[in-house]
Amino acid sequence: MSSVLEVKNLFVNYGVVPALRDVSFHVDEGETVALIGPNGAGKTTTMHTISGLLKPKSGEIEYCGKSIGGTESYKLVSAGISQVPEGRGIFPILTVAENIEIGAFLRKDKAEIKRDKDWVYELFPRLKERMKQISGTLSGGELQMLAMARALMARPKLLLLDEPSMGLAPVIVEDVFHIIRQINKERHTTILLVEQNAQMALTAANRAYIIEVGQIVREGNAKDLMNDSEIQKSYLGL
Amino acid sequence: MFFQHLLNGIIVGGIYAMVALGYSMVYGVLQIVNWAHADVLMFATFIGLLLTTYLKMPVFAMVLLVALFASVLGMSVERVAYRPIKSGNRKMAVLVSALGMSTFLQNLAQLIFGSGTRQFKAIESKSFSFSGFTITNLQILILVVTSVMLLILYILVYRTKIGIAMRACSVSVDNAKLMGINTNLIISGTFGVGAFMAGVAGILIGVYYSAVYPTMGYLLGMKAFAAAILGGIGSIPGAVFGGFIIGTIESLGAGYISSAYRDAFAFFVMILILVVRPSGLMGAKHIDKV
Repeated sequence: MSSVLEVKNLFVNYGVVPALRDVSFHVDEGETVALIGPNGAGKTTTMHTISGLLKPKSGEIEYCGKSIGGTESYKLVSAGISQVPEGRGIFPILTVAENIEIGAFLRKDKAEIKRDKDWVYELFPRLKERMKQISGTLSGGELQMLAMARALMARPKLLLLDEPSMGLAPVIVEDVFHIIRQINKERHTTILLVEQNAQMALTAANRAYIIEVGQIVREGNAKDLMNDSEIQKSYLGL
Repeated sequence: MFFQHLLNGIIVGGIYAMVALGYSMVYGVLQIVNWAHADVLMFATFIGLLLTTYLKMPVFAMVLLVALFASVLGMSVERVAYRPIKSGNRKMAVLVSALGMSTFLQNLAQLIFGSGTRQFKAIESKSFSFSGFTITNLQILILVVTSVMLLILYILVYRTKIGIAMRACSVSVDNAKLMGINTNLIISGTFGVGAFMAGVAGILIGVYYSAVYPTMGYLLGMKAFAAAILGGIGSIPGAVFGGFIIGTIESLGAGYISSAYRDAFAFFVMILILVVRPSGLMGAKHIDKV
């Protein structure tokens, strides 16, 4: 299997403060990979560096074999990388339909856009009911669905999800992760998932990396990690 | 008399609205006040004056050319004075840079065109009276041009893909980037559109008062800025509404109270409204969630 995303020896600083130190991981085609860690571990920093909002200090980021470190974000979207940012990044002054529209901003294939719209509305029927509504009025769960629908409208090859469970009720989190699995299965979209909720992340992922204070400390198959006593103690609360 | 003052107020108000939109839209995407906006307007008006006086260019062609010139100038201001400033205390640095740009353009105009006031006659004026109510052909033209411009802007912002991108940038430039939007292009376009309207507004006000001078942007810009603040800066309907309010109140105040205080009314109203509603009439109540 070929690797869609390959991060090698990545260092990122905020000013002089190091946020990531020598982070390396890879995501293969068709995989769901989780990056798990507590607050402030560097998960969002990793995401922002991949999507081009932050520039790496040193290290390589390769996407489908090409180096993308420091490329402008908007160019990466056309290359096939879509991100659902932390806190969802919905545009609250736009309607639900406009938010979905903007997800396909770079695409010109009208007929296919229409088909994808039908598909995301089928995936998230709640959004269809609220199409004309200003999206600032949606609930947290609906916002997360909208953010995912919007990212899917770009037809990503690689989908980056930054804390999809944040601030959601446990039942809604179940729904969200069910859909994440569905996207991976039905569309064969490669997914990189960043989470504090290790339990949910490990049920959805094939493999996972544990990140603490800017460094990868463990990696392995999701199943193995779930049965690891140390992980159970510090991340799963068992 | 009341309707006469009201009409005069609406006409000037429409011009304020067009200028105010430029302040408000730029603030919307960048959260900065483009102090050079009114000086771009002044410069463009001088170009219009030259085109009319020396080339005898027909009015509509002249207005179009001036508006395009203003767009290019507006975008250049962003490119030269704002975009390179990326780090440090960015807002403060941009503020100083904007004031510098404003002074630079005023002085450049004085150097090229002289500091005196020039007359601007682009069309022969005719007036029509019905039962104590007078309107000139120029006023009708201003009303028509203003309405058309505001309508075009409305369609651009609320009915096109570029408009969606502009509104997305006004929420968050970073998140707009993640949608694949070339945000630098959208920001540049926002300056261009704002300056385009300012160019048209400059010609209208220059011909209306038949006066063009290097500091003409100052008071006009201040009033338009007051209109943008009053309507809620960043809000497009707010800027339009604010422009008409300022124009109308100024005209009524000058007519019924004292014309010596004409310019003070605009700012008095702005202060009054801000005391009651700090985010302006249509501005979003801004709450920083922690």
